[in-house]
Amino acid sequence: MAMPKDLHKALEPFLIIAGSLSVSMVLFGGFVALAGANPFEVYHTMYRAAFGSSFSWQNTLVRAAPLMLTALCTALPGYLGLIIIGGEGAVVIGGLSAALTALVMPTAPPMVILGSMALAGMVAGGIWLSIGGALRHYRAVNETISSLLLNYIAIAVLNHLVTGTFRDPESLNHPSTHHIGEANMIGAMPGTDLHWGLAFGVLACVLTWFLMHRTVFGFASQIAGGNVRAAQVAGLPVGRLIFIVCCVAGAAGGLAGMVEVAAVHGRANDTLNANYGYAGILVAFVARNHPLAIIPVAILLGGIRASGGLLQRAHELPDATVLVMQGIMFLVILFSETLYGRFSKFQQQRAS
Amino acid sequence: MATSPKLTRRQILKGTAAAGALGMLGSLGWIGRAWGAQDKVKMGFIFVGPRDDYGYNQAHFEGKSSVAKLDWVKAFDEEKVPETIEVQKTMESMVKLDAAQVLFPTSFGYFDPHILKVAPLFPNILFLHCGGLYQEGKHPKNVGSYFGYIDESQYIAGIVAGGMTKTGKLGFVAAKPIPQVLRNINSYTLGARSIRSNCTTNVIFTGDWSLPVREAEATNSLVDQGIDVITCHVDSPKVVMTTAEKRGVYCTGYHCNQSKLAPRGYLTGAEWNWAKVYMDYADMIRKGQTVPNLVRGGLKEGLVRVSDYNQVVTESVRKQADAAKAKFLDGSMVVYKGPMKDNTNRVVIPGGKEYVQTDYWLESMDWLVEGVIGSTKS
Repeated sequence: MAMPKDLHKALEPFLIIAGSLSVSMVLFGGFVALAGANPFEVYHTMYRAAFGSSFSWQNTLVRAAPLMLTALCTALPGYLGLIIIGGEGAVVIGGLSAALTALVMPTAPPMVILGSMALAGMVAGGIWLSIGGALRHYRAVNETISSLLLNYIAIAVLNHLVTGTFRDPESLNHPSTHHIGEANMIGAMPGTDLHWGLAFGVLACVLTWFLMHRTVFGFASQIAGGNVRAAQVAGLPVGRLIFIVCCVAGAAGGLAGMVEVAAVHGRANDTLNANYGYAGILVAFVARNHPLAIIPVAILLGGIRASGGLLQRAHELPDATVLVMQGIMFLVILFSETLYGRFSKFQQQRAS
Repeated sequence: MATSPKLTRRQILKGTAAAGALGMLGSLGWIGRAWGAQDKVKMGFIFVGPRDDYGYNQAHFEGKSSVAKLDWVKAFDEEKVPETIEVQKTMESMVKLDAAQVLFPTSFGYFDPHILKVAPLFPNILFLHCGGLYQEGKHPKNVGSYFGYIDESQYIAGIVAGGMTKTGKLGFVAAKPIPQVLRNINSYTLGARSIRSNCTTNVIFTGDWSLPVREAEATNSLVDQGIDVITCHVDSPKVVMTTAEKRGVYCTGYHCNQSKLAPRGYLTGAEWNWAKVYMDYADMIRKGQTVPNLVRGGLKEGLVRVSDYNQVVTESVRKQADAAKAKFLDGSMVVYKGPMKDNTNRVVIPGGKEYVQTDYWLESMDWLVEGVIGSTKS
């Protein structure tokens, strides 16, 4: 089989992921049948709700946008062998910083405000996520636990500030900061009612792919992720690599928070803590930490979430149905990880 | 949508009214065209939490289920919809894919910015929001808000609690120090102190609407302090009720009836009666009447109610509670009248001043009444 080498390399993961998705669909179909609904109708409804019309596509994409950014929070540190699940904290801190930045410069032109908000969100998110990386590198604290706990700290900081110091006194029953001003909001992309968060998400995935796969820096990070001792012996600055990668990853999460404030809410409040960070972990996991794979996986997950509503209305299934589907997919893909390198066809091709 | 593309629903309603003035014949013609194609009133409900939470969302779901039983209504709902852009998409989806005519996004956080953003896109669809305060001129015309004075039920529950406590110490597990919650705490305490003037209410703010672990901790800590009647204002009172029952103290419920969770200690409770609200709305829409933008009401209007008393509630306590209820029902009860002090000894309502339930001043409450132990700073 004469095939370009790159394409062939991509075939194994593609087939395995496609296979595991099919298996999970069969399993989920069985589950739905047990719950008393017709699986084919359910899949048809899901398709209609997620991809069946231009409205459905926009519904899917708008849900996928923040997941692309938060998935990077977990995916990028993965290159260094770190399992960081602090995306939620980066989103919250990023969104909060972005809102406060807009509020201290009320008279600046909108583009300046948006630029500063994005910058503030990214810096804050980056610093927040790199705390976990730094604790790992310098103090050998488990980065998974510390980044998870930092999420709770971030949420507590947000709640404290929006119910106290920075509360808009008019936000009676829903404590929030002041509004950043309609003029300073990010609008929709031309021709759609999708906000620019989607473009940021795709761009961030492409740029970080370039960083991790096409630069010396990315190569060094992968070496450090493969074997820290070897990397240190080779003279790689492992600590600095961890710090920078965590900063970039956190910046993506912070940007997601900024978009939530600047495109959706107009203010910072407890809705920033909408579990996008945790959903991003799932996306990164299914995408096997590959930045380009994050884009389709986030769209798939966005589609599943978008279809959850219509499933409830059309088939009277509980909201947990889509969570069951997510769970089944997660487990099957986890299992499929063990299949890599097991198919002799791919091995022979690789050797030749 | 099922309506004729040339006619918006609002135009049809106007037309119906105009034709009605000309005579029944003309009117019937319009109705045939307007409602014949879509004989059912399509109502969409959106909940922020699970339908079976024994609390806020279940109360709304019970209301939805009652209205869904009418054969001229088609009601559908979605649970666990976060207060993000996702709720905007859910609203759009209900209008576009299910042809909903009226939407009930029931969580407070759905209003600003989400309903305010989506409603102008669909001027013929009604967006009726629970808890908000519709302001003429500021909000789109197809938006409305409805809410009940559930603090009236809390006042009654407070009387029962005050009558049944042995220690004179009541406990209140609350989510956030916001006006709706503070008003419940204050009314509960005022109810208790109306029959036992030295009663106190210890309040603990958990910080968020649904934190089961912290709610259980708060309940336990209240019981440890010698408190023997506990109530709450969180999204799901389930944990508070079961914990209180386990510790052998009394409790009074909130949102919906939790007597199943605490059969021994559940004295009574403050419940919503959304079925009444949703039936009224459905009826108005079917008849083509103008739906009011602002609906408010308490025990008298039937928007809220009180759970049946537990058999342990003594006869004299029942009498006192029923007497207060009767005053609410005939409209003669005023809970907030001066002189009234807050718990920092500041006069909040001067002598002679009265705030009736409908007064919007009460909807911006930021103080705790004398007798409450706790602070509005969480």
